[in-house]
Amino acid sequence: MNNETNHSKPQKQPLRLKWLLQLAWRDTRRSRGKLVLFLSSIVLGIAALVAINSFRYSLQQAIDEKAKTLIGADLVIGTNREPDSAAVALVDSVRALGRRSDENRLLSMVYFTSSNGTRLVQVRALEGDFPYFGTIETVPEDASRTFRQGRRALVDHNLMLQYEAMPGDSIKVGDATFEIAGALHKIPGQSALTATVAPAVYIPRQYLDETGLMQRGSRISYYFYYDLPETVQPDTLANKLEPRMEEYGLFYDTVQTRKEGMGRAYDELAGFLALVGFVALLLGCVGVASAVHVYMRDKLSTIGVLRCLGMSGKQAFLIYLFQVMGMGLLGGLAGAVLGSVVQLVLPQLFKTFLPVDVDAAFSFAAALQGVLLGVLVSVMFALLPLLTIRQVSPLITLRASIEHLTNQRDPWRWGVYGMILLFILLFSWWQMGTWWQAASFTGAVVAAFLLLAVLAKALSWVVRRFFPSDWGYVWRQGLANLYRPNNQTLLLMVSIGLGTALIGTLYLVQRTLLSEVAISRSENQPNLVLFDIQNAQRDTVIQMTKERGLPILQLDPIVTMRLERVNQITGADARRDSTLDIRPWLFTREYRVTYRDNITDAEQTLEGTWNGNYTGEGLVPISLEERYAERVKAGIGDTLEFNVQGAPVTTRVAHIREVDWNRVQSNFLIVFPRGILEEAPQFHVLMTRSQNEQQAAQFQRSIVERFPNVSTIGLDLILQTLDEVVSQISFVIQFMALFSIFTGLLVLVGSVNVSKFQRIQESVLLRTLGASKKQIFSITALEYLLLGILAAATGLLIAIGAAWALAVFSFEIAFVPVLWPLLVIFAIVALLTVAVGLINSRGILVRPPLEVLRSEV
Amino acid sequence: MSTILEVRDLKKTYHSGDRHLTVLHDVNFALQAGDTCSIVGPSGSGKTTLLGLCAGLDRASSGSVILNGIKLDDKSEDERAYVRNQYVGFIFQNFQLIPTLTALENVMVPLELRGERNARRQALDLLERVGLAERHEHYPTQLSGGEQQRISLARAFSNKPRILFADEPTGNLDEETGEKVERLLFDLNREAGTTLVLVTHDLELAQRTQRIIRIKGGTLVSDTSVPQEV
Repeated sequence: MNNETNHSKPQKQPLRLKWLLQLAWRDTRRSRGKLVLFLSSIVLGIAALVAINSFRYSLQQAIDEKAKTLIGADLVIGTNREPDSAAVALVDSVRALGRRSDENRLLSMVYFTSSNGTRLVQVRALEGDFPYFGTIETVPEDASRTFRQGRRALVDHNLMLQYEAMPGDSIKVGDATFEIAGALHKIPGQSALTATVAPAVYIPRQYLDETGLMQRGSRISYYFYYDLPETVQPDTLANKLEPRMEEYGLFYDTVQTRKEGMGRAYDELAGFLALVGFVALLLGCVGVASAVHVYMRDKLSTIGVLRCLGMSGKQAFLIYLFQVMGMGLLGGLAGAVLGSVVQLVLPQLFKTFLPVDVDAAFSFAAALQGVLLGVLVSVMFALLPLLTIRQVSPLITLRASIEHLTNQRDPWRWGVYGMILLFILLFSWWQMGTWWQAASFTGAVVAAFLLLAVLAKALSWVVRRFFPSDWGYVWRQGLANLYRPNNQTLLLMVSIGLGTALIGTLYLVQRTLLSEVAISRSENQPNLVLFDIQNAQRDTVIQMTKERGLPILQLDPIVTMRLERVNQITGADARRDSTLDIRPWLFTREYRVTYRDNITDAEQTLEGTWNGNYTGEGLVPISLEERYAERVKAGIGDTLEFNVQGAPVTTRVAHIREVDWNRVQSNFLIVFPRGILEEAPQFHVLMTRSQNEQQAAQFQRSIVERFPNVSTIGLDLILQTLDEVVSQISFVIQFMALFSIFTGLLVLVGSVNVSKFQRIQESVLLRTLGASKKQIFSITALEYLLLGILAAATGLLIAIGAAWALAVFSFEIAFVPVLWPLLVIFAIVALLTVAVGLINSRGILVRPPLEVLRSEV
Repeated sequence: MSTILEVRDLKKTYHSGDRHLTVLHDVNFALQAGDTCSIVGPSGSGKTTLLGLCAGLDRASSGSVILNGIKLDDKSEDERAYVRNQYVGFIFQNFQLIPTLTALENVMVPLELRGERNARRQALDLLERVGLAERHEHYPTQLSGGEQQRISLARAFSNKPRILFADEPTGNLDEETGEKVERLLFDLNREAGTTLVLVTHDLELAQRTQRIIRIKGGTLVSDTSVPQEV
């Protein structure tokens, strides 16, 4: 007998990676069609991410390149109140370093003489050579220079079109009339969206006084634009001046701060869109995981033979890992190419929101990220089915019926689950930038997956447990397909359910946002606001309103003031000591305060009581809005000292209110009682409702003619603009969601196709035994209908939950559920599932059994 | 002559929940290098289980299998795979060719696993020997059952095994083709001097081996020598 017994040291096969790669390639020969279908499920997700990230890079590059033209100057200092002597001294000291342009901005009505129309605009009164970088784009081109040379104005080009105004026509701003020098097309740093909300009219600053708009209470902003010599670093200078600027209520902007702020804002939007694309990718990953699972089941006998011939588990695992990596690489490449093409249209989609023109350019970094992501997600999601390869027994070659995969719990599976979770968390953090957002997103995705998976399992269990054995053959067969071996209940429930959930969520959020606008438009809500009504004009304006048959829905006096102290804490204390946790700007901003003895329908008492009448004894009782009270760290009984245009007034917090800010009416952070502010300089805001546009236009015109300083704003116009903005954002989001919808379809087609190969033998057997085409058709249709119905219903339930959470916690608005559109989505998804299932199975239905057996099995 | 396979007190029990099913009871036998042996018995008697255990495809519940002097019981699956690649050849009833590989590539697999440099040449020679050199680029589905089993024979002998296990090698073939394959199997075996273990229902085929081991109900009931024609 050989002496090796018990003394032979264990030996294993060397890996031979090169040969394994070769074998991996050879082994794909008869499966390449299937592999292409698998990889197609990740292509769209990758494409969405590559497109968004390419666009992100292009935008960042455009912002970097055109940074200086974004603010048109090296340094901008601004304030929302009239600068006092200290502030003037500071801005003058900076002027000594270089050139300066001054600008005042205020909202006012303008009157187009040619069309007899009036419109609220942002008047910009400019003095100096601003912009120092970039240009104010006008038609004719030289209008940006010539308007400064006389009583001329530049008017937003959309307004010109709307009011049929031409260069040379007249426009009335307040009491002064200007000749229109040209149409304003682009101002440094302003997006088309801001121009829609408040279209601009430029006038030379030396005529501002003539307009009569500089009245007490008018909300005027002051801007100082500096062109600094190269020896002066704007950021260093601004940092040095920052403490004093804060003290004087000034704010500033440099090229760098604007770049950062703008980059951040657009990055957040792009990050959100990238997450929508990421959901498409995750959906595709579900497809990959299930496809690889089925693929590996087909490969069991090959693996068994290889193990029998002496291949180690690791070698067998590597063969299929290489295949998946190759598949991911191809999917990533295809996605990167498609994404690079799609990104060419993104600048057009985003045009309205962008402050700079973005040239879409191929981004190597984004494409590379896409390719790597393709490999990474394919491997990660394929690992679960791939891990089982290590446990395939060579005994499969002898006994096909044996349990080839051990039932032991593989600890590596938990490692893979953990890795997937970590990946989703890190990826969403990379896109969104904050951990709580990343954790919420990851939590939502996991919850949706789990819910769908649990429901799928429950469905299988319920059908099996309460199987209706006395039902007809077709029903029994269709129902049994839900739990029999090789069933696709879990896969289809998860893929269809997730796709439906995503689409449903996006739709519901959009509807909720739009319904906010619609509620505001409803009857009995004010749709015209008149503000800046001076004390002396008040009674006449009320009379004019009533004469036109318009109701006075609300009339509030407004007094401007500043906060000096909260208990003993001053603005200087808040700046010095950050542990006080009171923002210093709360002491520098201007407050618009009203006085009254009641609380409105939009308000609700949280603490204290509101008497609303001050008799002159003790401190003045005031009412604070709850969130404002939190910000200034004030509770009932605390004292707040205000500077009411020079006069100090010490108050006591007597009442804290909750305010519904979504109501169309004037709401206030601070309310004073009657009996203290009546003699203070003040103006009034009046709200009314016109029956139609014509009535509104006539009323606005009569007010502007009589009182040019009084501004009228049609809320319908604002709501219409909001409507447009929400619609545009929705369109962009829906565009990204399309990737998910198509991925969902691909996964659906893929999984139905995969299961087709499994079901073919059964169906052929049934046909051979005499089942009619109609019976097979009904069995198949019934199975997909049940799956489609349950998956769509679950997906929509998830969507309702997610949309509710987004509405309540993120947008802080009331969630508006809608029934009919959801029923339509439900019906479409269910029918689509049946249609895809039947189309994919048509081969079995229309061809003779023998032909099917020969060609497919 | 040295012992190539020794089976001692071999027992195999399957567990399913609370149920235990013993399919082999205390089987003992030994084979010398170059022997040919058949394992026969009715369906469900444990023949294939015994073959699987002897070839290191499975682990026994108790007892031991010593193959070419290596005790398989305490080896891991990967270590047993290495043993199979070095010393064992297989022939299966349903051929078990890898459908995605050509005839040549199927034969090359054991050689490439061993890292042999002239795998292609050796495989072509073997295909020549089984009369299928011209069809080396064909895939299994493009070959008849008899041709597939001849490819399988070429693969089984490609790693020059010390012992060859054949599970019903002609079970899926018609009589005439089966006869041809049998002849080729024994010819190749004789030329290579390989030990042959054959599991079969076919008593005529069993008569062509030197020994017949009969299994019934998982127990070895007889172990007889067969007089060979000279």
